[in-house]
Order: sequence, then C-alpha cells, then structure tokens
Amino acid sequence: MALRLRSSLSKSNFLNILLRHNNLGFGTASHTTRVSQNPISRFCNTMAEKLSSVGEHEDANAQVMDFPGGKVAFTPEIKFISESSKERVPCYRVLDDNGKLITNSHFVQVSEEVAVKMYSDMVTLQIMDNIFYEAQRQGRLSFYATTIGEEAINIASAAALSPQDVIFPQYREPGVLLWRGFTLQEFANQCFGNKSDNGKGRQMPVHYGSNKLNYFTVSATIATQLPNAVGAAYSLKMDKKDACAVTYFGDGGSSEGDFHAALNFAAVMEAPVLFICRNNGWAISTPTSDQFRSDGLVVKGRAYGIRSIRVDGNDALAMYSAVHTAREMAISEERPILIEALTYRVGHHSTSDDSTRYRSADEIEWWNKARNPLSRFRTWIESNGWWSDEEESDLRSRIKKEMLEALRVAEKTEKPNLENMFSDVYDVPPLNLREQERQVRQTIKSHPQDYPSDVPL
Amino acid sequence: MAALLGRSCRKLGFLSSGHGARRTVSTETGKSLNLYAAINQALHIALDSDPRSYVFGEDVGFGGVFRCTTGLAERFGKNRVFNTPLCEQGIVGFGIGLAAMGNRAIVEIQFADYIYPAFDQIVNEAAKFRYRSGNQFNCGGLTIRAPYGAVGHGGHYHSQSPEAFFCHVPGIKVVIPRSPREAKGLLLSCIRDPNPVVFFEPKWLYRQAVEEVPEHDYTIPLSEAEVIREGNDITLVGWGAQLTIMEQACLEAEKEGISCELIDLKTLLPWDKETVEASVKKTGRLLISHEAPITGGFGAEISATILERCFLKLEAPVSRVCGLDTPFPLVFEPFYMPTKNKILDAIKTTVNY
Repeated sequence: MALRLRSSLSKSNFLNILLRHNNLGFGTASHTTRVSQNPISRFCNTMAEKLSSVGEHEDANAQVMDFPGGKVAFTPEIKFISESSKERVPCYRVLDDNGKLITNSHFVQVSEEVAVKMYSDMVTLQIMDNIFYEAQRQGRLSFYATTIGEEAINIASAAALSPQDVIFPQYREPGVLLWRGFTLQEFANQCFGNKSDNGKGRQMPVHYGSNKLNYFTVSATIATQLPNAVGAAYSLKMDKKDACAVTYFGDGGSSEGDFHAALNFAAVMEAPVLFICRNNGWAISTPTSDQFRSDGLVVKGRAYGIRSIRVDGNDALAMYSAVHTAREMAISEERPILIEALTYRVGHHSTSDDSTRYRSADEIEWWNKARNPLSRFRTWIESNGWWSDEEESDLRSRIKKEMLEALRVAEKTEKPNLENMFSDVYDVPPLNLREQERQVRQTIKSHPQDYPSDVPL
Repeated sequence: MAALLGRSCRKLGFLSSGHGARRTVSTETGKSLNLYAAINQALHIALDSDPRSYVFGEDVGFGGVFRCTTGLAERFGKNRVFNTPLCEQGIVGFGIGLAAMGNRAIVEIQFADYIYPAFDQIVNEAAKFRYRSGNQFNCGGLTIRAPYGAVGHGGHYHSQSPEAFFCHVPGIKVVIPRSPREAKGLLLSCIRDPNPVVFFEPKWLYRQAVEEVPEHDYTIPLSEAEVIREGNDITLVGWGAQLTIMEQACLEAEKEGISCELIDLKTLLPWDKETVEASVKKTGRLLISHEAPITGGFGAEISATILERCFLKLEAPVSRVCGLDTPFPLVFEPFYMPTKNKILDAIKTTVNY
C-alpha cells in the first residue's frame, strides 16, 4: 500500500493530504485503536486501485469495477432491486398464541425467579396503567398514556438487560423502570408533579427519569433520543464498560430524521446500541400504511449496515431471548442491533385520544383478548409449575391496594417549592433568572389569587 | 457577581495586549497566531487536559475546512477525533449523548448556516436536559462550534449570523469571540462550562486576525462583557468580527471630537446587562451593531433592556446598525453590511439628536 502511494504522489492532491497524515493509516477501520472487529475495511478504500490482473485472464462478465467504497461486480443487464421481497421477513416467536412452547424453538432459558418476576411486573404494569388511566378520567391527574398491550416488550426487554445498560426511552416504556425497581409511589409522584418527583414537577405525567436506574428522562419529542443513545453507547465503548445503550421508539418514530441519523451514526461509529422499535400499528391515528411503505422496520437495518431481527413483541420469552442475544452481540462485537417488536397498541394513544374514532372497537378487543401478552406468558409459567390462580389473585389485589395508596399519598404530597421553577435551567441560576424570580415573588404578593395555593413559596 | 468586579474601568486596546486584574492572559506575550490557530490550540489543550473529551464533526479528521482541528486526530487518535456522517442533527444528537455520559463533546458544525437541522436537538434536548430531569442528568459537556458571519463572498449559505435564534433558548449559552486571544480563552471556558454552549467563530477572522496568544491553558469568564475602549459620549455594543468595524468608526468619531465607549459583549446568553447599563448611564447614548438582520436581531433585546434600565439617562433613542432584512446577498453584500460609515453616521446622528 505504501509503495503505491509514493509512486502516485504526483497524481493528486488527495494523495498529498494522505501522506501528511500518514499515521492515520490508510484503509484501516476507523474508531478503535486496534483493527475493527467489523469487516468494513472493504468499504474504506477510496482510491481506485490499479487492477493489473483483472480482465486479462477472466471472462468479461466477471470483471469488477472499482469506485470509492470498494470493488463491485458489474452487470450488463438493467436490473432493479425490487422495492420489497416476495415474502415478508419472518417474525421470531417461541410461544404460540395460547402460550404453548413451539417445538424446536430456540430461546434463552430463563429461571423461575426471573420468569415469575417478569410476569408479576407485567401484571403490575397493567394494573398501574388502568388505575392511573381511571384517575385521569376522574380529574385527579392531568394526563396519562398507557402501555396496554405492550407489557411484554417493556418487561421482557428490561429483564434481558443489565442494570448498567443505559436506557433512552420514548414514552411508552415505564415497564423498564418498573423492572429496575422504580416504585409505584415514584411513578405516582411524577404524575402528580409533587415535591418527591425526581423531575421536580417540571414535566407532564409519564415523563419519568431516574439516574439511579440509568433511565434517561422522557422527552415528548419523537425520536430525538435515538442519536443521544448512540453517543452514550460510544461512551460506554470508549470507557470499556460491559454495557450497552438501549433506545425505544415506535413505528411513527421511525419516520423522523433522527431515526435515520441515529442508525447511520451507530453503524459508522460501531456503537453498542440496541434500537428497539415497538411497531404497534399506530402513531396516534396514523396506521403503518400511512407511515412507511417498507416491510416494517426490520428491513431498514440493512440499509445502514445494521444487523436486524423481527420479533413477536407479545411473546415475552421471544422478546427476552432476542434482546439477550442482541445485547451480547452489541457489546462483544461493538455494533448496533435493530429489533423490530411487532405488537398492538391496545390503549388509546393517551388520555387525550379516543381511538375508536379511527379504528374499530372490535379490533382493539380482539388484540386485548386473543393476542394478550400476559395470558400467553402466564400459560407458559403455569405449565412449568411456577404460577397459580391463587398467586395471581394475591398479586392483583396486593398491587391494586398499593397503587391506590400510592395515588392517595402522591395526591396529597405538596408540590415542589417555587424556587424549583428557576433552578437547573443552568447549573447555577444566572442574574436574569434571579431577577425574574424576585419579580414573580413580588407579583404573587400583589395578586395571590392568580396563583395555585398548592405550590409552596 | 464577579462581573461587577474589576471590569468597568479596564481599557484594552483591541487586538493588543492589555491588563487584567484576575487573569494573567493579557500580561503575557505568546506566539503570534491567527484565529484558527488559536482555536486549534484551545482544542489541543482541551483534549490534553481531559481524556474523556472528544472532537468530531464533518471533515474534522484531516484538520477541518478551516483548519481548526489540525493535528488533533494524529495526536489524540481517531477514536477521540473523528469525522462524522454529513448529518447535523446526528452530530449534535450524538454529542448530547456523549455529554450526558459525562464526557466533553466538542462538536463542529461546518458553517453556522447549516446548524438548523440540529436546532431541535439543541432546543428540545440539550437546553432542557438538566431542567426536565430535575438535575438528575445534564449534557453540560457539550460545546457546539460553528463558523459564522460575512466573509466577502459567502452569499446566502456561507455568511449567516444565526445567534438570535439561540439567544431565545433558556438552558444554553451563546458565546462569540472577537479575536484569537479571546477565542482561545473563551472556548476553553465554554468547553469546561457545565452547560451546553454554542460558540460562533467569526470566519472572517480565521486568517485575517493575528494576535499574540499566550501558549498556556487559560480561560476567559463567560457572561462578562468587556469595555475595550473607554469613552464618554456614546456606548457601542457589539460582538465578533463586527467589533473591528465598530472600532474603526470609533477612531474616526474621535477625530470629530466624539468620545466612544466600545463594549464587547462576548457572551450573548446569558448576557452581562450590568456592564452595558453602567456604561450607558455614563454616556447616555447606545448604539448596537451586528451583521445579522436587524428585525428580531439580538440588538433588539439589548435595546429593550437598556431602555427599561436607563430610560431617564438616555439622551437619544437607541440606535441599531445592522444587516438588512434580506437573505445574505452575494453581489449586494457591501450594501447589506453594517459598514464603518453607516456606524459613524449613526454615531453622529445619535450624538446630535
């Protein structure tokens, strides 16, 4: 390689620049101090190499062309790659619709303890969702968004990760927090924006975050978390941590520019990040047919050079297995993985939505009953002798009681002090904010009736 | 606040070393450097002093289109200094993620004109990262650098001054240096500031401005404006490359007996109102000049604030000499720009009001 560079020194400025930076190494992979594990070097060749031997002995049709990016075979036919394959990419599942293990299926074994915790957390999430939803309907909460139908994606993926894996959620993944130990009280505190809320009352309900549990705070903007996750993954790689970044998004989120930006970066940077798409069929009222024309999400990975898999998101065992496997690949091979979890959004988009306006109640009901992720997994754990009806009813009544108590406590806990409006905009409040706080406090003295009495001054 | 100390009567000649109470920077001589070399030095120091700091963006690997990142990849390695795909929202989004994990992410946007795809990430993620999390998380290690401003032939897409958009975003800081020595110290402050910062570099000065820059590691405080020329008749406020033009106007005004006080704002968000207020209370007149279009430009914020604080001391309306309300034109650039004579005319009008 070096010989060739020197001999073509006079030929281009580009080569001169390369020579100046000769420690960079030409054609070596980019982002690690050692040679990359990923065979991308064939894509690094930006020089047209002189192909002395090709074409002399071989058949004209076997000749290759040489362009930036590497060698490609050529074809004399006008052949377009079809916009889609004949068959859709198959979906990995392990439990059938009734929760029975499919013969000869591959899955990652999960212990009784983990399986029971998975199921219990799915039940807890379901009950929590129902109670919060009702509380909003009763006017006790301003807003809520449920995760109904997607409990398996939430809990099973969380169960397959380690606590050090950093999470960049969208907003329909509270189950990951639940798995890691966020309490019902903590969920309620955030929803009520009281003084025990980690977020200090600044955001709408369901915008959870916990640095203790490595779960970055939810922001309502769609897909903005995706490139953030890639940067975080790169940090983990550089710090040589045995951990990855995991980011969640919906079918709608995949249309955002940040999705494209993130996947492309993840591939180029060789970042250990899992992109988990909850393809639940709906982005508020927009069905996937109005969202994209590809075969879902799984086929998009290849466009970026990212390994991908499609999973039955309502099969907790398959979700667990896929995420577990993907995580190991991501960390040991320093690569991103795209996981498309097919599911269905049983609930409305949020309490501001009535989805029967754009889809049939029958459709919703069918998914809730026939394709319910909880009942499938329950069947499986019961078949192992790990669960019973008695444990089911005990769990449900206990959780319900806990939830109602958490609501009650959160509701009567006072709001954060007014000073929390002005802190944390910067690390230290600048002069303009100190002045504004003074002004607001004066205004409150003059017009106390304009201000909520439950915010302590 | 520190801004109130030691700042009011300091006289620093523009582009020459001056004196400073707290900082050793201006008493030391250094090598003669242009702006891109000074910025390059700051980046070398930043990466050297913190092993968890990174520099990345389009084309930074070979040194960058303005040579600000020369030598960094060779010295610190391609995993810390690297090219990114051509995607500003990805660059900034990735940088936020890195910073959120406690690293310093020094991101380059190739021209400020191209920063807009990253605007969502900057406004909705970076600026709110700490606040929305209740201070559980922050991306303070993020610094976004972008060349801005007129360059003589840049036209619509290589000349923009977008600072006003960012000054409207609580949670980030906006900093603009006027010279090589200032740039090095301010950039190091931005990199080390625990808040996300947007740092606009006047590209016109990358080669044009040459100054003695001390070689050691030094910082210049943020949110502290500097009186770089003392005067009694009128206060002029500006930032970046425009200050050179303003200073020329001040010199000519002086020949006609008008004593001008010139202030470099340096940090536009949060800006040092106290220094400007003290100056206007002394002179009774204010003129603001910036390349960005006049309507909605940052001069309007300064004008409104000073009016609130200094109304009874004002002898004349606040004057703004700015770019016109057009996309930045090519052939018409000389007509668009706030030139020395436009400023001089405005000084005289204000003084003779």
